[in-house]
Amino acid sequence: MNHWLTAAPILVPLTTAALCMLAWNYPVVQRVLSLAGSVTLVVLAGILAATTLNDGIQVVQMGAWAAPFGITLVADPLSALMIVIASIMGLCCAVYALGDIDPVRERGGFHPIFQVLMVGVCGAFITGDLFNLYVWFEVMLISSFVLLSLGGTKVQIDAAVKYVAINLVATACLLLAVALLYGITGTLNMADLSQRLPQVANQGLVSAIAVLFIIAFGMKAALFPFFFWLPAAYHTPAVAVQAIFAGLLTKVGVYSLLRVFTLIFIGDTGWTHSILLWMAGITMIVGALGSLATRDLTRAWSWQVVAHIGSMVMGLAIATPLALAATAFYLVHDIVVKTNLFLSAGLVRRLSGGEDTAFARLGGLFKAAPWLCVLLFIPLASLAGFPPLSGFWGKLLLVKAGLETQHYAMVAALLVSGLLTIWLVGRVWAEMVWKAPVQPPAALLASMARGRAYALMLPLVLLSLITFGIGVNPDRLLSVAAQVGASLHDTSAYVEAVLGGKAEPVPTLVGELQHQAGDRP
Amino acid sequence: MSLAVGGMVAGAIYLFLSRQFLRILFGVILLSNAVNVAILTVGRLTQGQPPLIARNAEIMAQGVSNPLPQALILTAIVIGFGLLSFALALGWRAYQEMGTLDTSAMRVAEPEDRP
Repeated sequence: MNHWLTAAPILVPLTTAALCMLAWNYPVVQRVLSLAGSVTLVVLAGILAATTLNDGIQVVQMGAWAAPFGITLVADPLSALMIVIASIMGLCCAVYALGDIDPVRERGGFHPIFQVLMVGVCGAFITGDLFNLYVWFEVMLISSFVLLSLGGTKVQIDAAVKYVAINLVATACLLLAVALLYGITGTLNMADLSQRLPQVANQGLVSAIAVLFIIAFGMKAALFPFFFWLPAAYHTPAVAVQAIFAGLLTKVGVYSLLRVFTLIFIGDTGWTHSILLWMAGITMIVGALGSLATRDLTRAWSWQVVAHIGSMVMGLAIATPLALAATAFYLVHDIVVKTNLFLSAGLVRRLSGGEDTAFARLGGLFKAAPWLCVLLFIPLASLAGFPPLSGFWGKLLLVKAGLETQHYAMVAALLVSGLLTIWLVGRVWAEMVWKAPVQPPAALLASMARGRAYALMLPLVLLSLITFGIGVNPDRLLSVAAQVGASLHDTSAYVEAVLGGKAEPVPTLVGELQHQAGDRP
Repeated sequence: MSLAVGGMVAGAIYLFLSRQFLRILFGVILLSNAVNVAILTVGRLTQGQPPLIARNAEIMAQGVSNPLPQALILTAIVIGFGLLSFALALGWRAYQEMGTLDTSAMRVAEPEDRP
């Protein structure tokens, strides 16, 4: 029973996608299936998370091959938390898509491909095998390519060209890094890798591979030198796609960094983690500055995605239990807020009747839709980090962790980035809500069928409620985050759960060959 | 083999420096093949020792070539092929839409002059 539960985050969206494919010519059936699959995923993910947090790490050996040989699925607190939050975002975007997606994109297979994207995201979160992680990245990537270019407008094609090019290179880097790591250790299982890497004679090589991993995952996560593709691409596709990209895709990169640099590459933290620290600091500042430089709502939010990636990686780079807990907390907060912001930006665009969300076209939102303004205030204030919303607690934890370890410059960068964000939020509020309307507000929502209007509004309400709920009652999430932080800092439980408590690593085929190679002069 | 990988990566990077999308794609082909050869190389090369279990033996003999990298490469080739065919189709579509494959002329998503 538990085995199926642990594999469910992959199996449920995969089944949904397959069924949607079967109903290719019946969009209505696809809608129902997509919704049902998303709800099922949320429920099962919740059960999985509860099981993991109460009963410890859940492990499944695929095909019953013992740990270092077969593919392992591991649900530790971090994975479980990420899957829950990803499934909720999947549900919100699926519901929003019901109201927003146009017939052309729906005919083009939006629903099945969206589910395949969820397969890739959940698979990346739950796998315990490095090569398998690469495969899930690919699943995620190819479906994101299709979703990005689905609809085929000129802007989308232009964005997709750059997105595809950079991601193909990132993929090759990741594969090379995985291959080299396999070459020096003879294993691909993450728990087994963490046992074997300290035994490798050439530690310089290990550090070099670690840097290759930083590059590969840094490109996915949009860290400082590799972030330029994100603001070029994220504002172009359909709104539900923008939201799920902003909410989840870069965070999978952050999750992978978290996993790899807490479990595997912990031998030379002075080198690897200081690189991460520098990248995080510059990312925060550059992202915030970039968001101020654009005069377009969704593009400003794209830059904000970059800025907040920096904050999370800062927590990883400091790597105390508190900092890791702060990163986990911040991840949850940021995924919810970013998804919400992109979804609401889509609604704002509809209300202003414009083709895009340039500041020049916005205005008069308070007169057009006062309820939306109240709703929007929650994610905006949370993004800026006003107490008592979720962004405040995340920043507070990060600042505390930074001060405890004397990373004063990083704390300053975080606070400056926060300040710039407040500036941006103020500007957005002034442009979008207070400014006189540029054109008479389109009565789009009123003219829409009631079901569609609900489908557009419900996700926003739900996400704002989550942000508000985390804000006023952070204890529950804080205790979960503390559990995640502790499990990331001391990974012995993870290793023991995967390898079954074997003290000595089992020699594999390549391990023996390597031994022979070592004997040769 | 290592030298071949190095040469292919160098060629790929040279092609990446081009502004033509098609050349960048050729660079990607070269790079992904370089990585595949790298996987084979790091899996330790052995000559004429197929990884087969002998008739009466339970396990493989020592020193046979390592079958795992071949499985990994197979996966990587399949994935790389899928990605590449998508990228080529995208390139064709981009050429149809914009009439150019010069990446520095593609400024639709990020227009240069904005107040």
